[in-house]
Amino acid sequence: MTEVALSLHNVTAGYGQTHILRDLTLTVNRGDRVAMIGRNGAGKTTLLATVMGLTRLHRGTIHLRGGDISHLRPYQRSMLGLGLVPQTRDIFPSLTVEENLTSVLRGDASLDEAYALFPRLKERRNNGGTQLSGGEQQMLAIARTLMTAPEIVLLDEPLEGLAPVICEQLMQAFEALAADGKRTVVLVEQQAAAALKFASRAVVVTNGSIVYDGGTDVLKQQPELLERHIGVAHA
Amino acid sequence: MARVPFLAEAVMLACAVAAFYVFPYDLALITRFLVMILFVLSLDLVLGYAGIATLGHAALYGTGAYAAGLFAVHVSGDPLTGLAVGAGAGALLAFASGLLLMRSHGLTLLMLSIAVTLICQEIANKARDVTGGADGLRGIRMEPVLGIFKFDFIGRTGYWYALAVVVACYAVLKIATLSPLGLSARGIKDSAARMVAIGSPVYWRLVTVYTISGAIAGIAGALAAQVTQLVSLEVYAFNLSAEALIMLVLGGAGRLYGAVIGVVIFMTVHHVAAAVDPFNWLFIIGALILSVVFLVPSGVLGIPAAISDLFRRGNDAARP
Repeated sequence: MTEVALSLHNVTAGYGQTHILRDLTLTVNRGDRVAMIGRNGAGKTTLLATVMGLTRLHRGTIHLRGGDISHLRPYQRSMLGLGLVPQTRDIFPSLTVEENLTSVLRGDASLDEAYALFPRLKERRNNGGTQLSGGEQQMLAIARTLMTAPEIVLLDEPLEGLAPVICEQLMQAFEALAADGKRTVVLVEQQAAAALKFASRAVVVTNGSIVYDGGTDVLKQQPELLERHIGVAHA
Repeated sequence: MARVPFLAEAVMLACAVAAFYVFPYDLALITRFLVMILFVLSLDLVLGYAGIATLGHAALYGTGAYAAGLFAVHVSGDPLTGLAVGAGAGALLAFASGLLLMRSHGLTLLMLSIAVTLICQEIANKARDVTGGADGLRGIRMEPVLGIFKFDFIGRTGYWYALAVVVACYAVLKIATLSPLGLSARGIKDSAARMVAIGSPVYWRLVTVYTISGAIAGIAGALAAQVTQLVSLEVYAFNLSAEALIMLVLGGAGRLYGAVIGVVIFMTVHHVAAAVDPFNWLFIIGALILSVVFLVPSGVLGIPAAISDLFRRGNDAARP
């Protein structure tokens, strides 16, 4: 039986008085691999930030495993199992790789898990956070989120600006993250092809609303649908 | 070159032990150094590690001093229990005031931290029957440390006792700064917004760090009360908070041993300059602070790196 992990009901949210998401409803089941795609400025990042409690929720509710988290603070949501990997990576420059990871260590998480997923980080564990390449910083950002022992991982454009070989490594890591079906992964990504290859379900966001929510196969088989929504037809 | 772990700490401890034999007639002054080192270490935890800018740290120090002093007068003269009382009082005030202070930052935080100190000072002043008011709290009599080592007139016991307390607190702070709490405090200093985004309880982390710092500042105050056997309103003086900040900046914030070096330099210059020119010694202190702030903003500990940068730039310029 499918178990609902995360649900948003008629959510209108944004920054200050500005509304970015409008009357948005979305349900994500436990173990889902969701690819969230859309044009720049469509509201994908705002959607993840809203789930994490980093925006202003004007209307609607957000539930995590059936419990209302609409008014909880970001750290409370994190303690309940939400983990965000920000688009900006947000590495702490004064800390080494290992210190970046240890600084948020919580629950059952362990450094070994992070190093098993990204062996490169173990090699560079004593390097400063800013002494890493873009790809390594992204690995660190993902590994650091895993240190909070999340059940739902929200990845905000993790492949942005990275070389193809690094993107391939990261996609393999996402596969490993979702492999046992216990962890839910929501991947926001501009690279639609990679995102659709990873996910079983696609959500297309346009102007703060969901215009498509269904299997990735449909989008792969109907390029014109993808073209219409995000201007890319080569998924 | 491989870095020797705890080398700085070992050198400092060796210097402290040597000071006992080199300056046998200045033990009271050197004990005062140790008390200030402990106080500045507590400030380093909040400012150097967590980025909490405060000018009211004397509130925690003074409360620890009064708590330990009153405990010695009315309950027991046992030094270690007195330290625990001082730590508890400092931590309690830090927690209570931290609930408000940690919601603000920048200039507002500075003003509020000063306000907390002024309130404490005024309470101590008004409660004359309890604290002795402007005359200070008298009648503090300390029992022997561990029931064995009596406080003597020359200050030998006071010195070793203070050194032991500083070493123990330094170890606690070292462990705290390397723990997830200490590392997250450094992350918060780098960017509180980033810490919030990845789900860290920034506010409660800051309150916790401030409370630990309050306990250490309280111990420093208690230590001062025990070794001098006097507590006056001066423990809440704005100067105390400001000088501690200067000492920390001088030595280099965020490294613990920077606090030790800053205190030693500041208090030595203060002592020597005041002896040479009792009327204009503040000019020397002012010049010292200006030199450090403009030439090596990361403190005295940043001087080797600054010189190394200078040579590297020189070599780069000479290269064709």
